[in-house]
Amino acid sequence: MKIEELREHLCERHPDLCPLFSLEFGDGILVVDAEKLHDAASDLCDLGFDLLGWCTAVDRGTFFEMVYRLRSRTMQVGMFLKCQVPRESPSIASLTDLWPAANWHEREVYDLFGITFEGHPDLRRMFLPDDWPGHPLRKDYADDRMIRRPDYF
Amino acid sequence: MLEIENRETITCEDGRQAEELVLNVGPSHPSTHGVCRVIAHLDGEVVTKAEPVIGYLHRGIEKMAENRTYLQVIPLTDRLDYVGSMYANWAYCRALERLAGMLVPERGEYLRVITCELQRIASHMMSLGSTGADTGAFTLFVYAFDVRERVVELFERLCGSRLTYNFVRPGGVSRDMPDDGWTDDVRAFVKGLPKQLAEMDSLFFANVIAKGRLKGVGVLDPEKAVALGATGPVARGSGVDWDLRRDDAYSLYPRFEFDVPLGSNGDAYDRARVRLFECYESARILEQALDQIPDGAVVDETLPRLITPRVGEAYDHIESARGSLGVFLVSDGGPKPYRMKVRSPAFCNLSLLSELAPGHTLSDLIVILGSLDPVFGEVDR
Amino acid sequence: MALVDRLAKSLDGAPVLLTSVDALIDWSLGHSLWAMPMGTACCAMELIAASFSKFDFDRHGTFPRPDPRHVDVMVMAGTITRKMQPAIKRLYEQMPDPKFVVAMGNCAISGGIFFYDSYSVVRGVDEFLPVDVYIAGCPPRPESLQDGVLQLRELLATRSIDPAKRYPKELLLPTPSDERRGEAKPAEGEDGEPA
Repeated sequence: MKIEELREHLCERHPDLCPLFSLEFGDGILVVDAEKLHDAASDLCDLGFDLLGWCTAVDRGTFFEMVYRLRSRTMQVGMFLKCQVPRESPSIASLTDLWPAANWHEREVYDLFGITFEGHPDLRRMFLPDDWPGHPLRKDYADDRMIRRPDYF
Repeated sequence: MLEIENRETITCEDGRQAEELVLNVGPSHPSTHGVCRVIAHLDGEVVTKAEPVIGYLHRGIEKMAENRTYLQVIPLTDRLDYVGSMYANWAYCRALERLAGMLVPERGEYLRVITCELQRIASHMMSLGSTGADTGAFTLFVYAFDVRERVVELFERLCGSRLTYNFVRPGGVSRDMPDDGWTDDVRAFVKGLPKQLAEMDSLFFANVIAKGRLKGVGVLDPEKAVALGATGPVARGSGVDWDLRRDDAYSLYPRFEFDVPLGSNGDAYDRARVRLFECYESARILEQALDQIPDGAVVDETLPRLITPRVGEAYDHIESARGSLGVFLVSDGGPKPYRMKVRSPAFCNLSLLSELAPGHTLSDLIVILGSLDPVFGEVDR
Repeated sequence: MALVDRLAKSLDGAPVLLTSVDALIDWSLGHSLWAMPMGTACCAMELIAASFSKFDFDRHGTFPRPDPRHVDVMVMAGTITRKMQPAIKRLYEQMPDPKFVVAMGNCAISGGIFFYDSYSVVRGVDEFLPVDVYIAGCPPRPESLQDGVLQLRELLATRSIDPAKRYPKELLLPTPSDERRGEAKPAEGEDGEPA
């Protein structure tokens, strides 16, 4: 199945999600609001996206962008699901009830970005010790033990 | 908080109450395949709960990549999956090529396939050997390491390093095959490989002790494998027919004829045996690739030294020895990646441990952990 | 030592060897260095390769033994993170004296490729443990590791378990690396006493 067919399929089944669907570098991208993330995800889950490849966050300065990678084994197609999370007290619904694979990925995002996931069964730090200050993958993370590499190119 | 203090009460056969034993395996333990710590709750010798604690090798490669140019990130990807460095190189370069719109010469693409299939053999040999060592059959480790050492030698002649290759580059590979008979040596190795694999198969997998230790241990059913995000030999051992080389048909894989070996029971035995059979298929692909490889350039020479892709993001994935390995790159138009995310298959596969271990004995916990084949450079990143 | 020498002279020709216990231990220590493979990252692969058939570490009497209570030397191979650091320190403390540390690979020497920009990597094992031999490389070849352990043996030949005693260089037994280098390097300084 091609991305265009996926778009038609999506428009047929879920007309409200269709205008949010765009293409970039050959991948389908669906950008939804943070409140509607769980609904959109469960629609896509019903549509046949049975694999959650990974999820991560990108620090965009004023907000965090959550990126979920979905893949369907039956349709042989992959797509992204994105939403924006505010920087102040970032929080978003957990998708562990739809895809149990999200468990560790969300813990990783919690550890490195400090985004909390509502409804996550076991939200703890994944990599860093529990008493670690801050969330390192934020762009404004400061650590005096870290030496910044000089720009040689 | 870690579940060390949280001990549950168990009732013994004679009605007495006892507290379960909490055993801390790792982080430095010869059988954890790296720096993994498993907190195992035991009822007698039976594991009731096993919780992997990772992050003992978390080096922050994703953060480091944000302050390196696109070319300088490639040596970092070598150190992710140190048993199979070529894969992370390739996945990163594929994502970058997609982002910057680069093309790869055909010979370069063939060389990538050849090295990655050799790497698959080397990586699976490490995994099979440690499966043998985990079950007490150290002989298999010696046999498997012999094969691995030959592949590593071939890599050393190709790119000068035994472990961290830095071979796959954006737009091709770093150098052509050496003309000291390297191709003939690869052919000779591939020709002799099925005999060595058959020897290992009859030595270990036909052995009644190995069957007793591996069969029925850590049974993973296919639905659970898909739901929990397992990929690679771990999912295929359960019968999940999913291989990106065939199903996503990236690179030149549609040109080759190969099968995807599948297990049926989903236990540690099937997972290990799927790895063995994948080596046969890799040998088949290698033979075809060596026959088909055309002459020409191995890298696109017109590429600029400082790659500055357009603003945007790209994701691409390949089938590594552990499953689907992907790299997600976000660019802000500058010479450095804005964000790099590595989708590591070993990380997803390791999350199955707490599902598989309960109900097995402590010695089986080690076998299950080994059958998931985690490499902690990739798990922790 | 002088007493032992005098006794040995007076018993010239007799099939008897007299020595003190510390001299015997000093002599035997370098010949069976049991190594703890403290492999955390990539270098662990070369550490495993070194002990397998092609390179065969065992022929120098160096045997991998993943138990801190049984070993003489800790081969620190790989990156050390802040989360791992207390565990390594604790394993070192569990090793019986005399104990030695070999830092294998650039990560264990200085953090190597992870020196800059990494928020969780400890820049070298010598930040918290005394190191006797450094082996450079990313990762070093198994031959380099063997050479490093042979250098440790050279170093041990000048030391004694008695802190007040030190053997002069003339008493050193020739080791394979001596022949290759022409002459033995001077023994490393006075500060390298095991902790």
